Amino acid sequence: MKSSVIVFPGSNCDRDIAVALEKMQFKNQMVWHKETKLPKSDLIVLPGGFSYGDYLRSGAIAGKSLIIDEVIKAASDGCLILGICNGFQILTETGLLKGTLLRNKKLKFINKDICIKVLNNETKFTNKYKKDEILKINIAHNEGNFFTDDDHLNQLKKENLIAFKYSDEKGNINDFSNPNGSMENIAGIYNSKKNILGMMPHPERMIDKLISNTDGLNLFKSLLN
Amino acid sequence: MKITNQIIKKHGLKSVEFENIKKLLKRDPNLLELGIFSAMWNEHCSYKSSRLHLKNLPTKGNQVIQGPGENAGVIDIGGDDAIVFKIESHNHPSYIEPYQGAATGVGGILRDVFTMGARPIALLNSIHFGSPTHHKTKSLLNGVVSGIGGYGNCIGIPTVAGETKFDDTYNENNLVNAMAVGLAKKNKIFYSKAKGVNKSVVYVGSKTGRDGIHGASMASAEFDENSEDKKPTVQVGDPFTEKLLMEACLELMKDNSIISIQDMGAAGLTSSSVEMASKGSLGIELELDKVPCREDNMTPYEMMLSESQERMLIILEDNKEKDAKKIFEKWDLDFVVIGKTTNTNNLTLKFNGKVEGEIPIEALASKAPIYNRKWVRKKILTSKIDLKKLKKVKIEDALLKILSSPNHSNKSWVTDQYDQTVMCDTAQKSGSDAAIIRIHNKDKAIAVSVDSSANYCKSHPITGGKQIVCENWRNLISVGAKPLAITNCLNFGNPENENVMGEFVECLEGIKEACEYLNYPVVSGNVSFYNGTNQKNINPTPVIGGVGLINKLLKPIGHDFKKENNAIIVIGKTFGHLEQSCFLKENYSITTGMPPEVNLLNEKNNGENVLKLIQDNLVLSSHDISDGGLIVALSEMAISSNYGVKIQKPKKLTNLIKYFFGEDQGRYILEIDTKNLKKTEQILKENNIYYENIGQTQKDYFEIDGELKINVKDLFKLNNEWYNRY
Amino acid sequence: MKFSITVTLKKDVLDPQGKVVQDTLKNIGLNLKNIRQGKYFEIEVNEKDQAVAEKKIDEMCRKLLVNLIIEDYRINKL
Repeated sequence: MKSSVIVFPGSNCDRDIAVALEKMQFKNQMVWHKETKLPKSDLIVLPGGFSYGDYLRSGAIAGKSLIIDEVIKAASDGCLILGICNGFQILTETGLLKGTLLRNKKLKFINKDICIKVLNNETKFTNKYKKDEILKINIAHNEGNFFTDDDHLNQLKKENLIAFKYSDEKGNINDFSNPNGSMENIAGIYNSKKNILGMMPHPERMIDKLISNTDGLNLFKSLLN
Repeated sequence: MKITNQIIKKHGLKSVEFENIKKLLKRDPNLLELGIFSAMWNEHCSYKSSRLHLKNLPTKGNQVIQGPGENAGVIDIGGDDAIVFKIESHNHPSYIEPYQGAATGVGGILRDVFTMGARPIALLNSIHFGSPTHHKTKSLLNGVVSGIGGYGNCIGIPTVAGETKFDDTYNENNLVNAMAVGLAKKNKIFYSKAKGVNKSVVYVGSKTGRDGIHGASMASAEFDENSEDKKPTVQVGDPFTEKLLMEACLELMKDNSIISIQDMGAAGLTSSSVEMASKGSLGIELELDKVPCREDNMTPYEMMLSESQERMLIILEDNKEKDAKKIFEKWDLDFVVIGKTTNTNNLTLKFNGKVEGEIPIEALASKAPIYNRKWVRKKILTSKIDLKKLKKVKIEDALLKILSSPNHSNKSWVTDQYDQTVMCDTAQKSGSDAAIIRIHNKDKAIAVSVDSSANYCKSHPITGGKQIVCENWRNLISVGAKPLAITNCLNFGNPENENVMGEFVECLEGIKEACEYLNYPVVSGNVSFYNGTNQKNINPTPVIGGVGLINKLLKPIGHDFKKENNAIIVIGKTFGHLEQSCFLKENYSITTGMPPEVNLLNEKNNGENVLKLIQDNLVLSSHDISDGGLIVALSEMAISSNYGVKIQKPKKLTNLIKYFFGEDQGRYILEIDTKNLKKTEQILKENNIYYENIGQTQKDYFEIDGELKINVKDLFKLNNEWYNRY
Repeated sequence: MKFSITVTLKKDVLDPQGKVVQDTLKNIGLNLKNIRQGKYFEIEVNEKDQAVAEKKIDEMCRKLLVNLIIEDYRINKL
């Protein structure tokens, strides 16, 4: 399976996602943001980091890069798009995903291992997970507080487009298990065609038992399925 | 412009220094030249009060590739890999503007590391604040922690370890020491020595503004009531540009275009150009009108003294300009040839074709003043604390007092603001004795830790100096790493005060003795003097940053207990030394007395054997015993694991307070599976290591037989309150 | 009484955000000479006397809203 990772000035989780993709036997290419053509890809990844320093608004400047037009085209052709952390922010800025990521409720950057529940395990990204499986996964962000309007929220619920919600280890979804104030504990969402996934937690940081755990592996295995 | 006495004073120069300048130039300096001397001759750049004594530190070893004298130190970690690391202070700027002061401190130390060709892989910090009740402490704490996180997280380098301390001594002078560690190839280290005449001198990075003009002079001045007026000199950091700069430099370093490279830190363009030329015994000529400027109408004076961040100076091989420029253009950074190397041995500054200033390089470098300042030895204190005269306290109450105090409370509030896991090689985060970073794509790993003991250093500087090197060494051993070398940040008060100078000299004596004995050389470092306000000086605070090597990382070892019913062994003898202890400070506010003795023979033997036990997979968890003593160390192991202990009281008749809270050195706590106990004890006996089997781990309760029994969950709760409440 | 406060960076202070936003606007074909990023507040106070109200607002700026080390501010009555 072919993947492309878009690298913006300030992306800093690009190497991490490349390592994960290569470990899972993807044929991966790094694509510099100034490129005007994308290599043929089955999966395009917008990695985490601080593209353009998060200046103006997180993901706002990257959303205006030349390569983004190609990403939008690929998305409409059905290519799988994965936006992680800053990548998720860029997807909302470009409109590929609706909603926005606001500053964390407690106004501080938070780096922690938290739990998320897999709400929809029937997509290209999650079919190897069990329904309602609890994953322990790392978050590292300043602006992870998902917010959207009521219409979009209703659509997300109706069409089963909420990918993950922050929960506790037992699967309880409540304020206590919400690290950043996200609306309804939402940690990741799909577009209506379910070929685009945006998520704040970092699956690429959970693929090595020595460093953390392997709860992220099944996301990549699902993609290869 | 006539140079008046007022102008000389404003530049931080003494009249005798001014006379010296006149002698070296054989004429009066003009204002531009005076400015340059003031930057190069102040304490921060010239080390004039410390150079004489720093020469005595041990800096060599088989593991040392480059000792002090370069942008950072370099050590060999086997194969073709090298580790580049250094620690630096940014104290004065962070008192004035805590966020930017701390942020630019991180930026500066990162540049020192990647300028040598190393990709930074870890950041650490040692931050010290005044009393929590002091009116400035809360905002300083918030600002500094945000600033460190803001810069490190944005540039994408994990901040993995550190210490956060509070003490009255820092009330008007908080400390921010930032350490960076990078990975390089042994045969691709880049140095700052200029080579060859007529080579292009290239400026890369951000444009130059009016930031921080005279920042280096400010670092060398004490604060007084007028400190508030010094505000405009604080620089604003731009971690995004630094990320671009780092990637561009590392990309350029892939081939052989660079002859030498140096970052522009304190005293910006001045210090970088002078140091590069001085090391290469060359001259350097700069055409200042070519310097990319952010503001209009900048003068040569401003350009030379600006401390705008995120800039580097590179001397390129012939014919490499075009390709090098392409790289910097890709990353949207300025790349301009602003001068050339010469054989005149002068710093020649031209502006629009006219020579505005000319100074012999050596006048600024090797001929900078060296002072042998007056100093006095600390008197040895003979008084001992008589416990019987103190109001009795229960062991449980004393323990809880310590665990809930600001200095011992759980630091998640701080460390959760730092990205510790970016780059995916952090095998052990902050919270244990040392952090562990895997070397990317390899089996081996490094362990890193940063430590200080200002109270010990205040009471007896030689012992304090010895102790802090040993504690740092023990912290690396505790995670199964062989300690290789250190970097030190020496934070002291006014060196013109003979007591302060004495503290400096004696701390160095202690550091030297311990480093030599343990084969743990100093490869880089920084001195920060004048940490004082209105004649009140901070306690001597040498900060030691150590790096150790784990040859094959199978499983990271921390200080969290693994299972119940495992044996708990204490390595090293407990004498019960209470003076200068946490126990006396937190329970009685007593801060007098001698620190515990440091026995280097025991330190070495105990450490080497603990390391061997860990490497032989006989140890499940380990922790060195430092402030708070045995009981606090045991509590930390319990709190981090949710397992408790059942400890027997010591067999010999002894004062329990002294036994559990004494801060004797050279000790470790090891958790050993009962099936490995016999083998472990045999090894210890064979090597003449003193040890005690004090009990075992158990579920739920932290228990000392007949003395106390607390639910570990309650210990956890108490230990996690302070920061959230503050 | 309503006031607006415009907070801007002091003249010589680096504005990393402004720099990047400027380059981006240029890249999407919108040219400009310079841009500096700041903050805007709207505050309402229960005060009938304008001078007293302004003094209060000024104190809010000095004590919290403005980082006097690197920022300037302007108060306008709305």
